[in-house]
Amino acid sequence: MKRLMKGNNALAEAAILAGCRFFAGYPITPQTEILEYLAKNLPERGGHFIQTESELAGVNMVLGAAATGYRAMTSSAGPGFSLKQEGISYMCSMELPAVIVDVMRYGIGLGSIMLGQGDYFQAVKGGGHGGYKVPVYAPASVQENVDFTIRAFDTAEAYRTPVLILSDGAIGQMAESVELPEGREHDPDQYDWTLKGRDAAHPTGRKMTDRIYYDFKFHEYDPHIRERYAKMEKELQMWEEVETEDAKIILVSYGISSRVCREAVKTARKKGWKVGMIRPITLWPFPKKAFAKTNSHAEAYLTVEMNACGQMVEDVALYGRGVPIYSYPSGRSIADPEAILQKIESIMNGEEKEVF
Amino acid sequence: MLRQFVFAGFGGQGVLTAGMILANMGSLYGKEVIWMPSYGSEMRGGTANCSVKLSDEPIASPFVKQIDYLVAMNKPSLDKFLPQMKEGGTVIVDSSIVTELPQADKFRVVQVPADAICEKLKNTRSANVCVLGALAACCELFTKEQYENGIREYFSSKPQFHEGNIKVFEAGYAHVKEG
Repeated sequence: MKRLMKGNNALAEAAILAGCRFFAGYPITPQTEILEYLAKNLPERGGHFIQTESELAGVNMVLGAAATGYRAMTSSAGPGFSLKQEGISYMCSMELPAVIVDVMRYGIGLGSIMLGQGDYFQAVKGGGHGGYKVPVYAPASVQENVDFTIRAFDTAEAYRTPVLILSDGAIGQMAESVELPEGREHDPDQYDWTLKGRDAAHPTGRKMTDRIYYDFKFHEYDPHIRERYAKMEKELQMWEEVETEDAKIILVSYGISSRVCREAVKTARKKGWKVGMIRPITLWPFPKKAFAKTNSHAEAYLTVEMNACGQMVEDVALYGRGVPIYSYPSGRSIADPEAILQKIESIMNGEEKEVF
Repeated sequence: MLRQFVFAGFGGQGVLTAGMILANMGSLYGKEVIWMPSYGSEMRGGTANCSVKLSDEPIASPFVKQIDYLVAMNKPSLDKFLPQMKEGGTVIVDSSIVTELPQADKFRVVQVPADAICEKLKNTRSANVCVLGALAACCELFTKEQYENGIREYFSSKPQFHEGNIKVFEAGYAHVKEG
């Protein structure tokens, strides 16, 4: 049966249903409901909730829980998420599965607490040190908050990697009807790489650290890293196509902005304009397979995202090579369907300036 | 058919809850639903609002652009959202608080003295349920029984308030129907 839930609450409930039994994090708008929900519900359902003294403590506690094979999660927004980057890099190096949520807000520095899509770069391009990559899921509805949270835990374990969920203030705060799946129990002892206690036998004994030190010869390490990310890149791409088959102008948009674009596509089609949309669902790996299908017939890509200068548009330019690239960064305002239609019209009339 | 609602007023008047009750009803009776709050630094005494979209088909954008039904529980809210009213729409005003009514020929203005009604019924914290009564009298997307059910369902963990809530709802409804 469907029930009405706020996005943040639905995400938190989905984590519990996925078998997550450990959460450590620090409150920040617009994601605090995730903590509020888990503070109440996680202990009642056999888990541990810790409100830490800082985001750093939160992400590092999750690292510790993940090392023991438990499903663990932390969440934050914008400035708080930045603080977690060091821990994410360490988890990538130790190859530990965990889920990290960023409910994006707007702006640089403290910015504003209102919705935004300012964290594409820091989520997708490896905001921490060393050149790691992490799968990033971008939900565009409350239902997807549920579905992708569960999927994120599965992906994290299948590839032994932290996985990010890049939500935003609107998806987190709004309520929609959702279908919740059956809950699952997770066996923390099912993998041979986890720490299992003082006397248990396991490959690394009682230590767990960056895999570069003990698990690979000098020349083996880089090929391992390359192979690891190439596999994820090949296997994890997800996207949605909206009327792209015959589209001449293709909007590219994710998360909350894609909802507005969907409306713009509908209106454009009513006018007889051949407009479609590619909605990246994984932001890394970026769904370049989608662009391979449309590059031959698209006459323009128009990227719509909620930040000041455009971020994802750089990836669109990379994978939409040969097709003119246009950008509509809607900044602090939510993209307006009318404004998108005007942009499309001005592209059709040759009045819009390409950005690459 | 897509219907767009805005509930707005002072923080503490229960406008977010009023919208949530409607959204919850939509979910209960098989509509596609989106409820979107204003959030941030609103506090008791400041202004708060939420929007609700109900439709028989999946809803693309969660943001309201043209309002079919505006429930305004104070003057700043009325001023803020009037420019977004759709032609033929309905504005419901808590006339205990808003005394200066808009002059409008493009949409209907409905007054309900929600605070006065609640005071009379000795249930002063339920002006938001009273305006839902007024909405039920104007917006026939759901039957009166469905509205009442929706209110009961939403407050199912607080059965001690059912009777009082329904009385206030009925009074709001009757005021508009008989007014």
